[in-house]
Parts: sequence; C-alpha cells; structure tokens
Amino acid sequence: MNIGIIVFPGTWSDKDCFYSLSNINKQFCEFIWHKNEQIILENFDAIIIPGGFSYGDFLRSGSIASLSPIMDKVKIYAKNGNPVIGICNGFQILCESNLLPGTLIRNKHLQFRCEWSNIKVENNNTIFTSSINDERILSIPISHGEGNFYADENVIDDLEKNNQIVFRYTDKKGIVNQQSNPNGSINNIAGIINKDGNILGMMPHPEKACDELIGGSDGNMIFQSLINVFNKVKQ
Amino acid sequence: MKVTKEILDEIAISKYEYDEIVKKLHREPNHLELGLFGALWSEHCGYKHTKKLLKKLSEGSDNLPVKLGEENAGVIDIGEDISIVMKIESHNHPSAIEPFQGAATGVGGIIRDIFAMGARPIALLNSLRFGIPENEKNKYIINGVVSGISYYGNCIGIPNIGGEVYFSDTYQDNPLVNAMCVGVIKNKKIMSAKADQSGDLLVLVGSDTGRDGIHGASGLASKTFHEQDELRSTVQVGNPFLEKILIESCLEAIKFDEVVGLQDCGAAGITSAAIEMADRSNLGLQIDVSKIPQRETEMNAYELMLSESQERMLLAIKGDGFNKIKDIFQKWDIKCEVIGKFINENKINIYQNSKKLSSTPISALTNPPLYDLSRKKPAWLDILQKTDLNKLEIPTETPKNILLEIISSPNIASKKPIFRQYDHHVQTNTVIEPGGDGALLRIKGSKKGISLSTDSNGKKNFLDPNLGTQIAVAEACRNISCTGAKPVALTDGLNFGDPEKEDVQYQLTESIDGLINASKKFNTPVISGNASLYNESNGKSIYPTTIIGAIGIIDNTDNYADIKFKEEGDLIVVLGDSTAWGKISDLSGSEYLEKIHKRVQGQPEIDLDLEIKTQKLCRLGIKNKIIKSAHDVSDGGIAINIIESCISGGVGAIINEDIVNRWDAALFGETQSKIVISISTDNFNELVILANQNSVPYKSIGYVGGESIKFSNLLSISLEEVENEWGSSLEKLLK
Repeated sequence: MNIGIIVFPGTWSDKDCFYSLSNINKQFCEFIWHKNEQIILENFDAIIIPGGFSYGDFLRSGSIASLSPIMDKVKIYAKNGNPVIGICNGFQILCESNLLPGTLIRNKHLQFRCEWSNIKVENNNTIFTSSINDERILSIPISHGEGNFYADENVIDDLEKNNQIVFRYTDKKGIVNQQSNPNGSINNIAGIINKDGNILGMMPHPEKACDELIGGSDGNMIFQSLINVFNKVKQ
Repeated sequence: MKVTKEILDEIAISKYEYDEIVKKLHREPNHLELGLFGALWSEHCGYKHTKKLLKKLSEGSDNLPVKLGEENAGVIDIGEDISIVMKIESHNHPSAIEPFQGAATGVGGIIRDIFAMGARPIALLNSLRFGIPENEKNKYIINGVVSGISYYGNCIGIPNIGGEVYFSDTYQDNPLVNAMCVGVIKNKKIMSAKADQSGDLLVLVGSDTGRDGIHGASGLASKTFHEQDELRSTVQVGNPFLEKILIESCLEAIKFDEVVGLQDCGAAGITSAAIEMADRSNLGLQIDVSKIPQRETEMNAYELMLSESQERMLLAIKGDGFNKIKDIFQKWDIKCEVIGKFINENKINIYQNSKKLSSTPISALTNPPLYDLSRKKPAWLDILQKTDLNKLEIPTETPKNILLEIISSPNIASKKPIFRQYDHHVQTNTVIEPGGDGALLRIKGSKKGISLSTDSNGKKNFLDPNLGTQIAVAEACRNISCTGAKPVALTDGLNFGDPEKEDVQYQLTESIDGLINASKKFNTPVISGNASLYNESNGKSIYPTTIIGAIGIIDNTDNYADIKFKEEGDLIVVLGDSTAWGKISDLSGSEYLEKIHKRVQGQPEIDLDLEIKTQKLCRLGIKNKIIKSAHDVSDGGIAINIIESCISGGVGAIINEDIVNRWDAALFGETQSKIVISISTDNFNELVILANQNSVPYKSIGYVGGESIKFSNLLSISLEEVENEWGSSLEKLLK
C-alpha cells in the first residue's frame, strides 16, 4: 500500500506511524506537510492523520488543524470512500471536521493518561478490523488528556444501532466496566467509524503497539486488516 | 549613576562585587551594563561558589567529544556513529513560586539545551523533591509541578521515561524540580554554540520577547527568598507547541552548513546566550536590540537583554546564508531575525537603532570573582553520625503492621499516580517503562539500547555528604546494571542551601569530592551538570541533594532484565551479600528509621569495590541469559524490594532464610551493593561459577510462587493486600 501521513505543526506520532507502517508492516509511506497544495491525495491508498498536539491544542484540540487547507482535500478524499484513519489527535481533527460524529472532551478525572489500555473489537466487519478475531482483546497504549468521547443520545443510539462503535475499553477479560474506562467516554467508546465504513477514529495509538520489544504488537492487527483488504481487492 | 543597596540587591550583587566591576571597567557601569553583570555574575550563570570545585570534576571528561561545562550539554560516543547527548538541570525556585509554569519551563529549558547540540531529544526524566503531601500547600505544589511537566512533555512528544519523587519536610518551602533530557545524534554532526568568524550573523528565532522572567537568574535563583508573591512575575510562561516546532525547524536548519552555531536562550536570556557564544568563539558582538521581535510595547534595552521569554534560540549564521535559513523557519511559521553580528573585538556593543548604549569587555563579564569554600565539618553532624542504632527500641507493633506502614509511605508507595500522567511510549523506543529500576530505550536501526536512571538520597547525603554522593552514584549505576546495561557517563544536579554559610560549604565541597571519587571508580565521567544554590527558606537549608543522572549502554536489547518475577519455581538469589537480611547499621538514614522512629541518624556505608563487582556480575548474568529479573535493594530495604518484584510480576514469593538478628533491620535495612535476582533453578550452578569467578558473595534465599509473600517465619502477607496498599496510598494522599 501507498500510505500518506499528514503532518501539522505539533503533530508527533507521524514518525511512529511511519516506523510502524513502513519498517514493521512493510508498506510504502510518505509524509504530507499540511501546507502542501500540490499533493494529490488520490495517489495514496490510505491516509493517516496521526496523533500529537496540532497547533498546541489551542482553542480546542483538533479545531485549528481542521481548518487547514489539507483538510479540504481530506474531506473530498474521504467522501469518495477512500480509507482514512485518525489516531488520537487525528480522531479529534476528524470530529472537528465533521467527518465523524461526536466530540472528544477533557478526561473525566481532568488528568492526562498514558497507559496500556485493553480494547475489545466490537465490529470486525470493517476494513480496519476484518483480520481480527471478534473475541480478541487488543492491548494498545493511550496517551491523551481529551479522549472522553461525547455525543448526544440520538447520535450514540445511531452509532450503537449501525455498529459504528469499533472499539470499546474493557478489562483484560473483555468485560466493559467503569474501572476499565480511562477517560469517562460514553459507553466506553474507544474508536468509531463513519456510516460508510471508510473513516476510522480511535484514541488508542496502534502505531505505539508495533513491536514485542516495546511491550506489544497488537496495533499491527489493525494495520494488517487494512493491508489484507487492500491486497484482496487488488487481486 | 548612583548605585544604591536596593539596586544591587535586586540583581544580587554585593558591594564587594560592585567594586570589582568598577576595577575591571576602570569606570562605573551604566544601568544596562549593571544588568549584564548582574546576570552573568549571578550564582546561576557565573558559578561563583562552585567553579573552583567543578574544575577538578571536569578533568574526568578530558577525552570526550565535549568537555564538562564547555557546551550546552555533554556528549558520549556509543559507536556505530551514534552519539548521545544528556544533561540535567534544575528549576527549583520558579517551581516554588509558580509550580505549573516553573516545572513546565524547566522541562522546556533542558530540551533546548539538548537540541542546541544538534540532537533529537528522545527521553525526559524528572527528579522531584517535595514537602510531605499531607499539607494543602504541598499538595498544590506537587500537583502543579506534575501537571506542568505533563503539559509540556506530552505536548512536545518526548517520552518521560523515569526519575524519582521523594517527600520530606526539608523540601517544604524549597521543592526541587530537576529535569533531565537525553538526545541522539546519528550522523556525528555535533553542533557547537559558537560562531566561526567575525562577520557571522547573530540570529534570533522563536518566540517574541516580553517582560517575563527579568532577573530570573540573578534575583530568583541566586539568593534566598521570603516574599514569594512578589517574585511571581520573574517566572516565565511556557509554550510547548512553539518549542516543538522550534525543535523541528532548528534540526532542519542545522542540516545546512550555513548554520555554524546554535545556542538556547535560558537563564538571563539573550545576555547570557549571546555573550557565552561570543566568549566561546573568542569574538566580540554587536547587538541592535530594536531588531528583537517584541511582544510588548516600549520595552527598553535592559528589559530586552534580560528577558527570559521562553522558546527562543540563537543561531550563528554565515553572512551570506541568512535567506536560505530564513526560508526554513518561514515554512514552520517561526520568526527569524538578524539581531547582531560577531566582531573581532573582545567587546559587546549594544545599540538601539543607531544609538550606542554600551560597550563592555566580554572578559570582564564572563569572569566573576570566584570564592573559596570552608571544609569545616559541623559539630552537629558528628553527633548524628555517631548515634548507636543498637539502642533503638524494637517496635511493639507486629512486623506486618510496620510493613504496611512503610509501604504506604509516599516515598515507598507506587508512583504510578504521577508517571501515568506522562507519555512514556511516544517515539516507540521504550523497552522498560517507569516503575522499575533503570528505564531502557532501544535505538532504532541498531541492536544497542540505552538505560537511564536518576538517583539521590537526601537523607544519606545529609548524614554524610561525601559518602552519600558516592551512594547516589552507585545506586544510579546499579539501577542501570539491573537492566543489563553498562553505566558509561553521569550528569549531576547539585541542589544545596546558601553557599555563603559554612555548613553548606562543607556539604558542597564534600559532595563534589565524593562525586569525583565515585565517578573515577565507576569509570563514568560527569559530562554535564547544573548547580542550584540558595535552596533555603527562613534560614533553613534543604538536605544537600546531589542528584545523579546516569546513562548506560546495552549491546543487544534482546538480552535485558526488568524487576518482574517471572515464573513460579524460579530461584530468588541475592548478589553482593551472603544473606537476604539487613544489619543494624543499614538502618542509617533509612526510610524505616524516619517513618517509624522519626529519626534521621546514623553513618551510611558503602564499599565501592564490592559494588562494582556485584554490578558486573549482574550484567554478565543478564547477558548470558541466566538472570530473568534483577532489582536492587534500596529505599525500604529487602522487604520492599521483594514486594515490588512480586507486584510487578503478579506472583508471590517465599523467602525461607532464617532471620537471626533484629527483624526490623533484617527487613528494612538499606544495604548497599545488593541486587536480588530470579533465575531458573537449572541455571544456579552457572551463576555460582560466575559469582566465584568475580569474587562476589551470593545467597539463594527462596522461591518465586504462590499468591502471598512470606518472609521466613516472621510474616506472610497476601499479594492482593500488599498491592492495594502500595498501589493506592499516594493517590489517596494527593487527593
């Protein structure tokens, strides 16, 4: 696959995404500077909006980046059904750009949280999760101060009904409870997709779980799902 | 200009020093010049009380790429064209006054020192000291400092992988915030904070300059203070977002040969940064302050030269290369202005537009008077050291209750409530996370890894500044050896009280002597460091606190150890001692002695030869894949050591060696040079051979297994109970 990784000022998981996708998962990657007006996103098979603190999270996390010219291109790219993954700050940017519903507010305990989270794959009928057994609990780090997913009741009902909730925080055994919810997200939501199923937003960082040496490699399963789907379609 | 005592007090210059200035200039300085002298002759910038002592320390770094104190940070070459840059720096006084911004800008400052060397910052560590968290004001300071570090480090994308936190009344009004940063250079292109030649341009990049932090170096960091509120405006405000793009843009700019020098604007702002650059280059400097981009209106030259506005860097650029470099900063939307140029005369000439405001010899500014320190041992220290601990009453409480009390001490309890607020995974190199002994990072593209640790024990330093410092070096290195890495270099954070007092002078001289000795013994040169003096309130000094940051190298990250007990049935073995249990003298300056008996007494001890042999054996066992876990005995003694390995491994242990001496010393004695390992029983013989070859005492003391921890026939406690107490105590205290 040919994967574009968007870089805003303040983005920091761009290099981690590059390492995971290129060095570990052996795909072709390229950084895309947010001011690059010539870039044609359609030349990429998928776009990643990585984590970090674009524009220092000033105003509201993701809000300034969502107004960057590159996001106009991303909107067209996504509306045409191409795969887009927003990780952490990328998820926040996708919500701010109205590519995904809801918003991410301050963690309920008001503190930043960095730890390995357990997430359960709630829907493995997506291009991002199709290679993951639906019983599998993934261990993937979180690193955020504003990861508390919030939306009004109707939106949440819709998300539940349409199977758009892809990942939920659970305990090690896969039980969804308050103790395993690291930020206060409604219904322990850790990641969602749009109705068309081509845009994924998630707070945990799959690129940080890319290697057993650094504590685990479950994040690769998400990237591998996408790569497998891509290779199948290509055949 | 009429110089009054008030004016001199404001910049912390004594009458004697003022007279020295006049002697050097052969005239009275003007107001602007007095500001420059105040900054550069401050303790913070001028090292008036420590320079003579540190000169001896610097001899250890003679053969290294950068000599101690010559550049913004120290450098070691670890082979394969990889260089590692590291330094520790304090931000104690600002954090006492404005905990959040004080700590945040402390982190920002040390990061700039690292990328000023041309290195990409890859890790942060923090060594923190606070008053006990039972008091509301202390809680405010603790939570403020931790949030400040979290805010700055997380935003910038550098993992915060370790450090330590201690609580004691001695730090009540003088918290210590020492931040360490480590960077990597992969192409051997080490930057220098120098210009090449006269005609090179002095270029300021980054933030606009405001009125923040004026007199930070002289007023705040170089004298003791009483009225904290009045000083709040001397604390700077940090913007980690700007620092992040400053890192990226500077690292991009230095790829071009047009950039010949890079220097961070830290304490004393442009004054210190620019003059140090000129001094290192053996050149002079001409600055036009009207060219400095300003955040506020009508700032005068004094304010512009002394402002400590954050996130600014100075570059020395070849005369014809400016436009090319400016384009890079423009790409990142960062301001980049020529504010002066280097000249062939040993002077700094300051202009405002075309008006010349001052012309001052650089050699006068950079050579403050240096003071000799007393080595007289205080009489009270003898009394504390000679206390006979044998007379200590054995507690009437049960050993289990005492154990629970020690475990719930904030100094022993899990620090997770703090470190989970710091990103420790970003950059995806973290092999051993916070919560163990040393942290371990891999280096991408190499089999090698680096291990990092900070250590200091204020109580032991207080009881014996010389040995206490050697113990800090030994412990920092021991933490690193427990991962399998070999310690190779140190950075030191000296935190002391008022250096004008005899007792503090004794502590300083002895500590530095201890540091020189231990650094030689371990063959770990001190490559960078920082001194923070005047940590004193209402006449009371903090414990002398020499914080040691250590770095080690592991040749192959496939073979490392952490502190976790792994498998039921594994043998638990002590290295460096022939018994599991501590002896009475090991209670000197221990957590047990202070927590249970409310005393800080005794004579700390260490045998560096045994220490070095024990560490070597531990590394060897890890390299040969015999040792499965390694954890050194430190605060709280062997009881806490075993408990930590059990909790992190999620398994119990049975220690079956009989306790023959006092149980309190046995469990809680803080024996030095002692490492507890776990190995498969099949490998015990091989370990014995290695131990004998290296003449290191050892003792097999029990087994890994079960759901409780059993200390001989003295006490048994369930893993769950101990984990609850250990895991939840600090969080409860900080609420």
